[in-house]
Parts: sequence; C-alpha cells; structure tokens
Amino acid sequence: MSTIIQRPSLIAMFAFMLIFLFAVPQFTEIYIINNLTVFAVMATMALSLALVWGFGGILSLGHSVFFGIGGYAYAIAVLNTGDSTFPILLGILLPVLLACLLGYFMFYGRISDIYLAVITLTVSLICYHLIVSTSGGQWRIGKAAIGGYNGIPGLPPINLPGDPSQRLGFVGKYYLAIAVMFAAYFFIRWLLETRFGRVTVSIRENETRSELLGYDVRAYKLAVYAIGAGLAGLAGVLYANWGGFISPVVFNIFFTAQIIVWVMVGGLGTLVGPMLAAVAIQYLVTVLGAAATSEIKAAVTIFGFKLELKNFLDSNIVLGMIFIVFTLFIPKGVVPFIRDRIEQARAAKIHQPGGPDAGP
Amino acid sequence: MSAILETQNLNKHFGGVTAVKDVSFALAEGELRCLIGPNGAGKSTFFKMLCGQLKPSSGRIMFAAADITGHEPHDIALGGIGIKTQVPSVYDGLSVHENIMLSAWRTRTKVEARSAADDLLTQIRLSGQAERLVGQLSHGQRQWVELAVVIAQEPKLVLFDEPTAGMTLDEVESTAALIRDINQRYAYSMVVVEHDMQFIRMIADTVTVFHQGSILAEDNVENILRNPVVRDVYLGRQRIEGI
Repeated sequence: MSTIIQRPSLIAMFAFMLIFLFAVPQFTEIYIINNLTVFAVMATMALSLALVWGFGGILSLGHSVFFGIGGYAYAIAVLNTGDSTFPILLGILLPVLLACLLGYFMFYGRISDIYLAVITLTVSLICYHLIVSTSGGQWRIGKAAIGGYNGIPGLPPINLPGDPSQRLGFVGKYYLAIAVMFAAYFFIRWLLETRFGRVTVSIRENETRSELLGYDVRAYKLAVYAIGAGLAGLAGVLYANWGGFISPVVFNIFFTAQIIVWVMVGGLGTLVGPMLAAVAIQYLVTVLGAAATSEIKAAVTIFGFKLELKNFLDSNIVLGMIFIVFTLFIPKGVVPFIRDRIEQARAAKIHQPGGPDAGP
Repeated sequence: MSAILETQNLNKHFGGVTAVKDVSFALAEGELRCLIGPNGAGKSTFFKMLCGQLKPSSGRIMFAAADITGHEPHDIALGGIGIKTQVPSVYDGLSVHENIMLSAWRTRTKVEARSAADDLLTQIRLSGQAERLVGQLSHGQRQWVELAVVIAQEPKLVLFDEPTAGMTLDEVESTAALIRDINQRYAYSMVVVEHDMQFIRMIADTVTVFHQGSILAEDNVENILRNPVVRDVYLGRQRIEGI
C-alpha cells in the first residue's frame, strides 16, 4: 500500500524536474536563478541527512563536515589542476573515505547513538578550528592558499570534463545543481526500494532483530553513512562551485545545526520534507540577512533599554525559534503531519454513512 | 541421530556473579526440548550466548558440527539459528508483510521471498492484516508475527524464549499446535524456554531443568514432574499436586 501512495509523488517530482529544467530558466531573471542554484545545493545536502538520519537512523549531528571537506577538496584541487573533473571526484571520494574511517570505529565499536552524534559534531568542529588556524601564507597545498577564516576565493567554475575552456556560467551552474538534486532524490528513492534500503530502514526500526535475522548491521550502517557522506561531499563541491568561494563557516555549528533543522522541520523519514524545508529556511535566512543590513529603524524602549527590531531578525534566533516550535507542536515534521491529516480525513470519509464502503 | 547443538562446559560470569555454570547441553537433530527453571536460573543468558548476543566467559558452543563460540549474531543467524525473544522483537513501525519479507529476503530472491511471506501470513492467520503496522496488533498477534519472521529465516534450530508469555488460554493452545506443526513439518530442531507446565506437556517429550546457572535434571516430562529435587527448587509442592 505504501508504494501505491508514494507513486503519485514520483510522478509529481518528475514533473517538477521538467519545470525546473525547462520552464523556469526561460522566465526567470539571473538573480533568482542564482538563488535557486544555492537552494538546490542545500536541498541536496538535506537529502543526504534525510537518508542517513531519517532512514538510516544515524544522527549525524556534524553532517556538515562532509559538505565542508567536499567543498575544500574541490577548491584546493581545482586551483591546482585547473580542470574540474578530478576535483569533483575528489570532493566525493574524500568524504566517503572519512565516513568509512569514522564509521568503522563508531559502528564496529558499537558506540551508542548519543555518543555517535557527539563524535560527528566534534569532528566537524575540529575541522573548523583546523582550517581557521591556517591563515598564514605558509599554509598552502600546491598553488592553493588555504586562507584560514577568510577562506579560498576565486575558484574557477566547473568545466566540461577534460575541457577547462568550457566553463559553466550562472545558468549552467543552475542546470547542474537542479539536475544533481533531482538525481539524488530519484537515486535515494530507488535505493530505498532495494533490499539494501529496506534492511537499512529495518535497522532503524529494530537493530537487534535485523542482526538476529542474519544482517550485519554494522556494514549496513557504514554503507548508508558513506553514501550520505558522498552525497554531502557532492553538495559541498556544488556549493564551492556556485559562489567560487569556500570558507570554514561550512564546518561551524550554525551550519550543521541548520541541516538538522531542515530534516526535522521537513519530517524524519521523508525526502520531500527536508528538501522543501531546506529551501524555505534558506530563503528565510536570505530575507533575514537582507533585512538585517537594511535601514529598519523600528525599536521599542523597555525600562530604558532600547531594543531594535533589526537585532531580532538574526537568522540564528529565528532558526532556534523554529526548532523549538516544531519540537513542541509538530515533532514529526511538516510532511508527516500533513500526511496524517489527509489519512485521518480519508478514514473519516470511509466511516461516514454513504461512504465508499457503505454497500447496497 | 547426531547432535545439532552441543555446549561444552559453558560458563558466563558478570563481574562476581556466575549466571551460567559449567553447562554441557546436547540437542539431537529434529528434537524439541523444553528448558524450565526459576527466574534467574540462567536460561535467558544461555540463549543469548547461543545466538551470539553474549560472549561466553569459557566453554564451547558447537552447532551443526562447527564451533560458533563467540561468533557475531548475524553470522550465527546465517548459520541457521533463529530466536524468538521473550518480549516480541519485531518491527513495530513496519507492516506485517514487511516484517516477514525482511526475514524471507535474506536467503531468497525478491519474488520467492514474497510468495514465502504470503504463505506464512496465511499460516499465522494474518493475511487480512498484511498491511497493518505490527505496532497496532494485539500482544498475541505480535508474538505470532515474530514466529513467522523466525520461520521465514529457514533456521535449522529455533530458540523460543517464553512463546506463550502474556497469551490467553486459547492462544496458548493454538501456539502449541503451531509449534508442534512447525517442528514436524520443517523438521526444525527446537529449544523452548517456558514456565507454563500445561503448555510444556502439550509440546515436549524431554525437559531440561536449569537451577542457579547449572543443569539440575534432564528427563521426560512425567519423570521431571515426579522428581523431588525439581519439585523443591522450582515447581513447589502445591502446584505439582494441582497438575
């Protein structure tokens, strides 16, 4: 039954893909195209955690580490080679290797969920401090100066494989980001239908039972973690490609918390939810960022303290409030919440006299 | 008949506590054996060592002519030991069909697994509820789902930890019938931990009595019931006279 319910969503997604690939670029100005590109990148990142946490049950609190390493690997490699083909692969491969290494110790060491969350977060923060401390000119890998907190600017865009003269423009980056996002979505949908995917979900539901049925849960967890890391790395590559810039901000706690909020607000165990939440929240952050630097003068004075409205538009405060509101009122997330309401309505209809099963 | 399962001087210590002491236990192929013993006698610890969830402190476990001592649970499961745990260990968030499917798919192709799952659903009389979440079923039905999950695994040996816990009398009787049916139809070897003497009489020929981590006695049901030592430590005079 679940597959029947989910079929229309597959068709809808396919329709959206066609719209975004063919219709949107025809009618949209470049500023919006540019914003949509980064939204698609963030939605891809959300898909990565939606897979690892929502379906694999692995709370990877520091998931941005894979995004950041992907971005940095791409940045450093592309400045050295000039051709983006190998750097892209490196940006996927390095996060996968790190996930395998971390995962080996965490899953084969049978570390409990909460410690796993803390370890992944710690690794992300270590990376942040590591990169921040590389601001001197002596910190360079080949031709690329790592640049500490200032990051690495001036990255060349992705080019056609093997041909560095054919580089992507704004619209090209848009097509690539959209295509990757939808490909990631369909890939995960397919993965979840395979035995591997079903067993992964079963491990989330009851790890002991899966083990007693003969599935090596450690290997399954490691694999799903590595796949998620590869996808996050690819999102990081596209992010660096989008702005031509990468900085250690991608490793910090605000960004990694944001990814958690996307998945939680969108709904654990769904794919569309985290994607939409990523876009919506990213949009909100953009708007708030614009508002914070604008000329809003509104303020109230309480007990002699002047509170400016502008200061409350800080995106971290707003994200925190969203997180609290959802934890309290919609803990399952938006998509499961709506799905439950629809099923309730449907059930109510069936039980009404004269409903579909009322009979003659 | 050769022994499918044999433990040799099996011990398990938790700190200073000895939960299982020097247990040498043998089960013939196709045999259905009951384990009884008061709470804390070491039955569950013994089971957990058999299926790899606990590593023995010393001693050996031989299964189907191979040494499986200290192997990982999934390896032992693949080798052919299935366990039905005391509190049903099922996937409450997944459908009945998916529960059985996950088990059947381990050794079969998708198509074969699906038809095996359908057969088992009929056998446990839950065909009409295939798409319901297991968490929404009654306690007895969840026990049956777990039974089907274990059978779908096609094990050589099935361990049952109190299969009738929390069941009504009717359910106990049909579970007894089902277990005997499985034992005969698939020729699985079985070890059943139980407290309910009536249930044991319905299914078993031979009973092993655990007491303080060791095997106290091993005999057929009637002799065990008459054994004065067993009566003293476990059954209690009042209860035995009632049977």
